Amino acid sequence: MSRLLSEQEYRKTKAFKVKRWYRGDKDPYIGRVELRPQKPFEEDVNTQKKRIHDEAILQRNIYDIEHNRKLMMFSKFYKVISVLFVFTLIGILLYMVSYLPPVGNAANPDNNEVATKYIEDAMKDTGAVNIVTGMILDYRAFDTLGESNVLFIATCTVLILLRVDSRSKKKEEEENDRLYEPKNDIILQKVAFFLVPMIIIFGIYVILNGHLSPGGGFSGGAIIGSGLILYVNAFGFQKIERFFTQRTYKWICFVALLFYCLAKTYSFYCGAHHLETGIPLGTPGDILSSGLILPLNICVGMVVACTMYAFYAMFRKGGF
Amino acid sequence: MGGNLLANYGEAVAMILFGIGFSNLLLQKNLIKKIIGLNIMDTATYLFLAEKGYIAGRAAPIVVDNVTSVEAYINPVPSGLVLTGIVVSVSVTALMLSLTIRLYRRYHTLDMDEISTMLKKEDQ
Repeated sequence: MSRLLSEQEYRKTKAFKVKRWYRGDKDPYIGRVELRPQKPFEEDVNTQKKRIHDEAILQRNIYDIEHNRKLMMFSKFYKVISVLFVFTLIGILLYMVSYLPPVGNAANPDNNEVATKYIEDAMKDTGAVNIVTGMILDYRAFDTLGESNVLFIATCTVLILLRVDSRSKKKEEEENDRLYEPKNDIILQKVAFFLVPMIIIFGIYVILNGHLSPGGGFSGGAIIGSGLILYVNAFGFQKIERFFTQRTYKWICFVALLFYCLAKTYSFYCGAHHLETGIPLGTPGDILSSGLILPLNICVGMVVACTMYAFYAMFRKGGF
Repeated sequence: MGGNLLANYGEAVAMILFGIGFSNLLLQKNLIKKIIGLNIMDTATYLFLAEKGYIAGRAAPIVVDNVTSVEAYINPVPSGLVLTGIVVSVSVTALMLSLTIRLYRRYHTLDMDEISTMLKKEDQ
């Protein structure tokens, strides 16, 4: 049961103090903390002279790398110590390796029930023939979402660090872009003309067969990205901007990551229970099988391909 | 000294590579070479993980002819870990290189010592 407080009692409670502090009526520090203005920095002539003299010595003797004997001693000492340290490290690690169980032995402790479970159940549970893909895109798909986001965030950070702001500087950068290499190299262009479509088709093949054969989103995406980089090198940025600009990059990454999030974060909301997706797993070995793994592979591949190209474009001319 | 050093020669090579990368990190003054050293250390880790997952006489973990017994395939867990490691190392390398470019634009040198000297001079 609540009771009415009198005005006097209410003034003593903490709620009243908090309310008063929130309204700004009373600063709780007034009267408690002694405030004293800082003394202005005063320096008499002698100390000032001494300070300037010391700074001059500092400049002359310590930061003069070529003639500083102590620094030279230190750098030699540092080299010897670091070589010794590295050799000790290698020695300790090799000593440790000599006690590890022999490589290739099936009875090693790392081939435990986790690996057994994945090998025995992966095809039945996920429908993927490639057990590693089934592992990283179905059992551990949430980790892979984190990885794709790591790539995306790395691109964002590189963009923040390397972006060229003003328009005039951007133009200058674009003019200097091909200063040290031949413009429209005919050999490179002919080679790229044949090679780029094949590289990109191979990348698409690797992505689409991620659940059937070695490869998957990351490797296929890297292949497509390298194809795009070859295209840029041969034909220049003006040609590639007909179909790939910053807008394209933004939308591809956004759509791919959003689809991935929507497809795989349901475990967040239903307490990581095993939830049926309702998508049939299909016959293992077919292209259209294994549920969500194929679309997720395509998403990851698109993010990786765009990221690789974006890194290159930003390192080369600070934006694309 | 245990007796498995010769049997584990792949892991031994990984350790030596790790040491080479680490010495690059310590001894090189050029920032780009330091980043290369870090990448060599990454590679050593991948080699070590791949060696841990290998089992002699077994195939890569891709199901062939519906055989899903443990005796047929190697351990798939280290392969997944290597995949994760590669992605993270790509991101970290790109980040470090872009920071290096920023440093070069500001100080016009890649030498670590010169950069720190200039920083000290700026502080005064």
